[in-house]
Amino acid sequence: MPDDLSNPEYPIPEDLRGQVTITTLDKIYNWGRRSSVWPMFWGLACCAIEMIATATSRYDMARFGMEVMRPSPRQTDLMIISGTVTKKLIPQIVRLYNQVPEPKYVMAMGACASGGGPFKEGYNVVSGVDQFLPVDVYVPGCPPTPQALIHGFLVLHKKIAAQPIKAIPGYQKAALEPLPIPVLGPDLINLRDLPRIPAAASGSGPEEA
Amino acid sequence: MTDQPIDVHVDNLETRFPGMVSQDSRQGYTGYLVKPEGLTAFATALRDQMGFRYLSSVTAVDYLAEDLMEVVYHAYRLEGGPALVFKTQVPRQEPHVPSLVPLFPGAEFQEREAWDLFGVRFDGHPDLRRILMWEGFGGHPMRKDWHEAYYEEEAKPFKNRWPEGQVYRIEDKVPYGHNVSYPSEFSPEGWVPQEDVALYAGLGKIQGNGDGSGGGLDTEQIVINLGPQHPSTHGVFRMVVRLDGETVVDLRPVMGYLHRNHEKLGERNTFLMNMPFTDRLDYLCSMSNNFGYALAVEKLMGIQPPERADYIRVMMAELTRIINHMLAIGFLLNDLGAYFTPVMYCFNERELILDVFEAVSGSRMMCNYFRFGGVARDLTQDAFGMVKRLVQERLPPKLDELERFLVKNEIVRERSIGVGVLSAEQAIALSAAGPVLRASGVPYDVRRAEPYSIYDRLEFDVCTRQHGDIYDRFLIRFDEMRQSLRILQQVVRDLPPGEIMTGKPQYQVRVPAGESYGRVENPKGELGFYLVSNGKANPYRYHIRSPSFINLTSLAQMCRGQKIADAVVILGSIDIVLGEVDR
Ligand code: SF4
Repeated sequence: MPDDLSNPEYPIPEDLRGQVTITTLDKIYNWGRRSSVWPMFWGLACCAIEMIATATSRYDMARFGMEVMRPSPRQTDLMIISGTVTKKLIPQIVRLYNQVPEPKYVMAMGACASGGGPFKEGYNVVSGVDQFLPVDVYVPGCPPTPQALIHGFLVLHKKIAAQPIKAIPGYQKAALEPLPIPVLGPDLINLRDLPRIPAAASGSGPEEA
Repeated sequence: MTDQPIDVHVDNLETRFPGMVSQDSRQGYTGYLVKPEGLTAFATALRDQMGFRYLSSVTAVDYLAEDLMEVVYHAYRLEGGPALVFKTQVPRQEPHVPSLVPLFPGAEFQEREAWDLFGVRFDGHPDLRRILMWEGFGGHPMRKDWHEAYYEEEAKPFKNRWPEGQVYRIEDKVPYGHNVSYPSEFSPEGWVPQEDVALYAGLGKIQGNGDGSGGGLDTEQIVINLGPQHPSTHGVFRMVVRLDGETVVDLRPVMGYLHRNHEKLGERNTFLMNMPFTDRLDYLCSMSNNFGYALAVEKLMGIQPPERADYIRVMMAELTRIINHMLAIGFLLNDLGAYFTPVMYCFNERELILDVFEAVSGSRMMCNYFRFGGVARDLTQDAFGMVKRLVQERLPPKLDELERFLVKNEIVRERSIGVGVLSAEQAIALSAAGPVLRASGVPYDVRRAEPYSIYDRLEFDVCTRQHGDIYDRFLIRFDEMRQSLRILQQVVRDLPPGEIMTGKPQYQVRVPAGESYGRVENPKGELGFYLVSNGKANPYRYHIRSPSFINLTSLAQMCRGQKIADAVVILGSIDIVLGEVDR
């Protein structure tokens, strides 16, 4: 058992050491969760190839209990946004995110997913998936090497380990609202922006520099 | 094949089409200008009498100052030789050009793209819809006077970064703080989203047999969507399929989910800045993408790399071909249901080749290694040793092993022989390229048809297969890997010492005005870069003829009448990469 698990800050009598382990519910529960994260198996762009490489023999993410990559959002708890997020695709990404059961995590892999990357100025590029989804871990790189992605996994594991069961968003009494799915119009429409659009479109909004 | 004798001379075109065709006499330009009224007759003669049966590239150029929209065509003879370039010019407002799809079905997607991005209408096109953007998108983004939300300046480097260096966040200066903009009359209330109605309506329907004639079951056809999130579509790609039972009646590919505005960005960048962007086109083949772009710019600049650089370039391009074909085979098996195991084996070899790339360029995947007039760094002794070991010891037996496991496999054969057939005639008409074309029996390979770099002095065969089915497309990749090894062994044997770069490395190159089209035989087929320069630091027009995109034109043809499960494998056998399809 890893050290951090069996360290309840509670004195175990000398003669029971090595036979009895005492831990907290939070710790053992989160240990289970973080050691069996199932990422969603889908790739958006170049970064996806490095994501696949991470799953193959040289890097082998199976070591982290993560080899089960599922092509369906219903069977996953981690969405790796592995590539450029375009306006044409973001409605589908948000829809899929809404279909992932709680508790769920999002990892922005690479420059594009984190902030638009080399294609940021492009008219069809969303400059950062965090404009639409809550991101838990950002992995820098273009593309991040498999080592970098693995480091991202470890950071995510740490994050999961530090969540008290009581505080996990998906475990609260109140039902979580699904995220609003943006729609495609003459450009991408973020439904949260709706009230601002007519004013700005007619020129009475903030000025363009 | 046409029965008429082929007239090999093309220099009497102006007298043959009086008043319709004229030589393009702008400085640095080649080819012919054809009046739109004469375009169809000209193209017909080209195809049927002069032997230019392969229309490789169609694109548009927006000449804002001249108020002209120009459509540029590149056609080839399958016997080899340079392109015949012809262009037609129309006014920018409401541009109309006759569609060449009835003559060259391979132009279908490319004309749609020109409509989508430039707003050129092709009269007579069977299905003129947007292709990379969505229906309802505001404007035609590649027009020179169309500005994106994050627009800063016409060309890079932007002044706020250099030389003035007062950097700000563009987000703070645009109306919504995001990368969006709306036309002034737009109001979300009165606006109705445009559904995929036209797409579904355009799917061919065959008459069901529910007429009481007793011919089989009374079935109802359904339309289903595969993708854009689906494990078998190799990325964010969508196929809309009309099914009768399990049989595919018609199919439409839907793309653009990874459209990253490569060309628009490319026209703001300086010439050299585009090099790393080409890496991200077909992200499995960054080295050979560099190659194509370097050739196109070198043609414009009129320079030649030194011999050692040429050898290194070919070495990298052929290693890339091996990587690409390995993965194509691995993923094809994945689509066939062998799951991930073959991919694992293929990735093993890929890692070893990536080690070489990392050693020479510093990066595994996005190599950014070629420069105009050479390569960025010399091949180290270590890297050379790695290549030598790979091509002499490691890869040949590995190929045998893969072949032994996969080629005679009963299931592979059952599922792929006679499935998804594309005949030679169809492949040519549909402008298919690379392994897809050669598996149908057409021995066309740019490395032989119009040799570039040092390919004319290397010994290798152009591989072909005869049946044009999935199995042949699968086998031909093995054949080509063997030829690549053969080339690599010669390169390793003959690699000369010397310079790796003509002139000094520089950030800004001087590119004279004119146009050029540089093409290479990429693993997926002919990759071409069409460039127009006006003498400034950045390209005026930067277009990519991408093999994955154009090969998809044949997808519907191959899938009709097959089972839905086969459609997945047929797509796998084309071997697409979405970065290149959508650009
Ligand atoms: S971050 Fe780089 S490698 Fe990743 S998707 Fe974007 S361009 Fe491709």
